[in-house]
Amino acid sequence: MTVMRYAESLNAALREEMARDPNVFVFGEDIGTYGGVFKVTRDLNGEFPGRVFDTPISEQALTAMAVSAAMTGTRPVLEIMYADFMPLTLDALINQASVFSYVWEGQVDIPFVLRTQGGGGVGTGAQHAKSLDALVAMIPGLKVVAPVTPADAKGLLKAAIRDNGPVIVLEHKLLYNTRGEVPDGDDLLVEIGRARTVREGADVSVFATSRMVLEAEQAAEALAAEGVSAEVIDLRTLRPLDLDAIVTSIAKTHHAVVVNEGWGFNGYAAELSATIMDHAFDLLDAPVARVTMPDMPIPYAEPLESQVIPNAARIAEAARRVLA
Amino acid sequence: MRNEPSLDTRAEMHRLMVTTRAIEIRLGEMFRDGQTRGPIHRCDGQEAVGVGATQALGDEDYVTTTHRGHHVYVGRGLEPRRIIAEIFGRATGYCGGRGGHMLVGDASRGMLGGNAIVGAGIPAATGMALSIKVRGDNRVAMTVFGDGAAQTGICHEAMNMAGLWKLPVVFLLENNRYGLTVPQSGQSATDHLVDRATGYGMPGTVVDGNDVGAVYAAAAEAIDRARKGEGPTLIEARTYRVEGFSTSDMGGYQDPDEVARWRARDPIALSAEGLRDALGDNLLARIEADARAAVDEAFKQALADPLPEFTLHAASAPYAGGPR
Repeated sequence: MTVMRYAESLNAALREEMARDPNVFVFGEDIGTYGGVFKVTRDLNGEFPGRVFDTPISEQALTAMAVSAAMTGTRPVLEIMYADFMPLTLDALINQASVFSYVWEGQVDIPFVLRTQGGGGVGTGAQHAKSLDALVAMIPGLKVVAPVTPADAKGLLKAAIRDNGPVIVLEHKLLYNTRGEVPDGDDLLVEIGRARTVREGADVSVFATSRMVLEAEQAAEALAAEGVSAEVIDLRTLRPLDLDAIVTSIAKTHHAVVVNEGWGFNGYAAELSATIMDHAFDLLDAPVARVTMPDMPIPYAEPLESQVIPNAARIAEAARRVLA
Repeated sequence: MRNEPSLDTRAEMHRLMVTTRAIEIRLGEMFRDGQTRGPIHRCDGQEAVGVGATQALGDEDYVTTTHRGHHVYVGRGLEPRRIIAEIFGRATGYCGGRGGHMLVGDASRGMLGGNAIVGAGIPAATGMALSIKVRGDNRVAMTVFGDGAAQTGICHEAMNMAGLWKLPVVFLLENNRYGLTVPQSGQSATDHLVDRATGYGMPGTVVDGNDVGAVYAAAAEAIDRARKGEGPTLIEARTYRVEGFSTSDMGGYQDPDEVARWRARDPIALSAEGLRDALGDNLLARIEADARAAVDEAFKQALADPLPEFTLHAASAPYAGGPR
């Protein structure tokens, strides 16, 4: 085990996969010489000439080009600097990436990875702080992962690059400098579609995504002090969902809280709660509680922004509500 | 001239244009008899563009086209029976009935493919050219797109990157003067779309889009440049959409005199004139009769082919998927 920062573990994943497969290439805005605004691609352009390069600010065409490059023998990894720019990528995802393997009856694979980062909390404002997980998780044929730990960041990105279909990797700007133990060696793969039990508990299950997992852990600490035993599940893969892990946990606790940093209405947490109703209604002793962003733009000033990003206090409050 | 088509190529292009026209005429008749499903976008009068451009490609090259791509499919050597089977939603169609006439793809011929989002074929071919460059192979990618698509943002983004990175791609602008019902004068301040090439640092050339030999020669030169690593070319092939936008077009916006002038410059009649001296009337008539008979036979077979059976696509299903 080596203690690494989240950004370093992503960098290691890219380096290892590029060394392993000459068809992997990495492109995006400011990711070359500068190494990316979050330094995930640091030094890679020197190590892999012609396979790590800066692009113009052209998210729409870049995403479409990544899709067609993937159809024709390469494994592109495209960085979209902020998740807030994802709306610009949507034609390529909705009308291209998710369509052609099906429509052409499997004549082409589309091994394409789109990395982006979302999330608020540091004053980046209404156009640079959103979590738009639902926007990509609704598209059939795409896989969507959202690692929280440095180990999962490495293992899931490597698995995404080796996957033969399109995979969206949702990172979080507040996670890049977090540290954690990462297993040594260049064969760390985390299976796409498997949740992770962060903390076992008996009274209520908290299903969280991305940085909200860290808030859920803090909430579980606070609840423990009150004598409430909360189980925290990091979904890790938003699609395909690990339904077994969800149902197994609810069968034990009979109470569920779902947490996502995106909007509530039509959001990822809404899909989670509907899925729980479909598959675990009979196991529940109380309605599912959702913890999300309020349905509004993200404000800039600290006293405003801090009111809209979901946090441990709101998660604990939701848990108390379902247990009441 | 070096890129002029040989007599054999000209005869073959004539056969492919007659084949395409026979398909279009029969589709029009079957639409009037209520035997087609969904709108069909006929390319009558534009056959020289799709056939001339694709006949200049090598076997391993890639090509993308539009919702109006029957001439490209036929020019690229796809089988009329399987094209027609797709149009009639048969299991034997190029997409097994999943795509319809706008989304035909045949990876074995680099036909990747039809695209019904106006403009989307442009970054698609550009991304294939990027893949070619990253892999270091000798292929070329071509996109056949319309004057309507030339007004999209992704057209600008893709051409900018193609020029910047000297990608091996040929932009073949099939200017048929209409974007659905709006004439080009209502879509662009310039009547010289080819002038845009200068802004992307690539050569641009205008050809008579109803002269199949001229289209072939211009395409061959551009393909040559691309293959030698000299970058992209914009070719504006000027032609005219003599039928409506689609079979569901109610018309009334095209000047009848203008239509009549272009009908008088029918690309198949022009091609026949050019071949008559070299081939003689009898041989020319036989080529045309054989092509039409083959299309009749292809319709007969395709319409007798089985309809597809529905199965849920596992990779798109809500909770299915997982790593491959």
